[in-house]
Amino acid sequence: MSNPIIDVQDLWFSYDTIPVLREVDLTVHEGDFLALLGPNGGGKTTLLKIMLGLLKPERGTVRVFGEFPAKVSHRIGYVPQHLSFNQSFPISVLDVVLMGRLRPGRGWSRYNRKDRIAAQKRLEQMEMLEYQNRRVGDLSGGQAQRVFIARALVDEPEVLFLDEPTASVDTKHQTDLFDILKELNETVTIIVVSHDVGIVSTHVKSVACVNQRIFVHHGAEITEDMLEMAYQCCPVELVAHGLPHRVLQKHEDE
Amino acid sequence: MLEALQLEFMRNALMAAFLTGIACGVIGTFVVVNRIVFLSGGIAHAAYGGIGLAFFFGLPYAVGTLGFALLVALVMATVTLRARHRSDTIIGVLWAVGMALGVILLDLTPGYNVDLMSFLFGSILAVPTSDLWLMLVLDGVILLAVTFFYTDLLALSYDEDFAQIRGIRVEFLYFLLLAMVALSVVMMIRVVGLILVIALLTIPPYIAERHCGSLKTMMFLSFVLSCFFSTTGLWLSYTLNLTSGATIIMVAGICFFISVLLELPQTRKMLSLRKR
Repeated sequence: MSNPIIDVQDLWFSYDTIPVLREVDLTVHEGDFLALLGPNGGGKTTLLKIMLGLLKPERGTVRVFGEFPAKVSHRIGYVPQHLSFNQSFPISVLDVVLMGRLRPGRGWSRYNRKDRIAAQKRLEQMEMLEYQNRRVGDLSGGQAQRVFIARALVDEPEVLFLDEPTASVDTKHQTDLFDILKELNETVTIIVVSHDVGIVSTHVKSVACVNQRIFVHHGAEITEDMLEMAYQCCPVELVAHGLPHRVLQKHEDE
Repeated sequence: MLEALQLEFMRNALMAAFLTGIACGVIGTFVVVNRIVFLSGGIAHAAYGGIGLAFFFGLPYAVGTLGFALLVALVMATVTLRARHRSDTIIGVLWAVGMALGVILLDLTPGYNVDLMSFLFGSILAVPTSDLWLMLVLDGVILLAVTFFYTDLLALSYDEDFAQIRGIRVEFLYFLLLAMVALSVVMMIRVVGLILVIALLTIPPYIAERHCGSLKTMMFLSFVLSCFFSTTGLWLSYTLNLTSGATIIMVAGICFFISVLLELPQTRKMLSLRKR
């Protein structure tokens, strides 16, 4: 395996007094395509936000590209869970993508020609160029998601984070999405957060389950305790008692 | 109306409506898209404490009120950033305590009493020329700051997390935004009253939002709407001999309800049926 891009060691986090993450260790290597699975409220998004430097860990160390996350977060492409977005906000598709070219302390200097070309190039790649002057609020869920992916990619990130990318799009778009991600994965490391075990397709290279604690599985198999974790609530004891990881139906012919 | 324009106070009132429109259009747009209407209302009401302080200690009006409102804005920005889930309660408390402080300090100030009504509804027909200059400077400061930080403020308003990831100083910008709200609100309270400020800060941007493709156009349309409400309200109050501030708010309010009605699916259906 190549260099570790993300290194998390003994991470603890809680909101007020409610523990969200404990004893989390995670190493992500260059070129990986990692799926972080787990139930809602299991701490996946929190872990993502800590790796982005948006939240400070209570205990433990988090390094991205060997640095503190907040220092290098501009090298990470981030696709938020766009359900949380303000639909009525007056902003065009192009302006959203240009946001991905923001730099600190620009002041007067607006986006230049280079930024605009980069944004349009990414929109074209996502087959959304013809919508560049539309309001983002008028797009469908799948279209809006492509715009947010374009925004995440427009500054050539080395790693891409996607938070619940399948939550707001239909099955057809989900398949398209994973085809796009597979192509991107040739050059970019990808981490996808989801509560949906179904996203573990052939494209995903490794899987980790997050439910306060983390369980890393190298390889993309779905095991019973994964399902337990994602759909019931407290599989921690089960795993702690050492239930073997049983592999469910793997498609050998693929 | 034409003979009314010959009167200096009427000309000043129209100028005040225009200058208020600029600040309300620009800052009101941020207030509406950032959903900080309640917070802005809190700053405006708490500013009454500043009026009390100014009179009690014999400070110049602008110094006392501006200083106090900026302090309140600072506290509210800190609270909303640090303890988000408790912020509405704390805003409510500051809102009430600020006003109470103002009332008590004015009680204790011998000889002089400010009319609470003029604070609430203002006196747009009694704007001295010196206040117009002050508003012009204020508009200049706001336009300069917003132009300078436009893309950053846009990112903060649309997606705060993303702005932070891109290295934008979101906390600084948030403080700046609330400071600008405090500036706009305080300067205009004396002129148009705090209820009118809140109305003009929220109604024009709300109506403009759905018809605009960008924040810039939303600001401009809000400014135009704000001027329209003020002049129409002034004209009505002049011809019907009504309180000017309240009439302006009524005009804005009626337009607000019409726009809400027009957006309802049922209304849209009815209108499209009629067209056929």
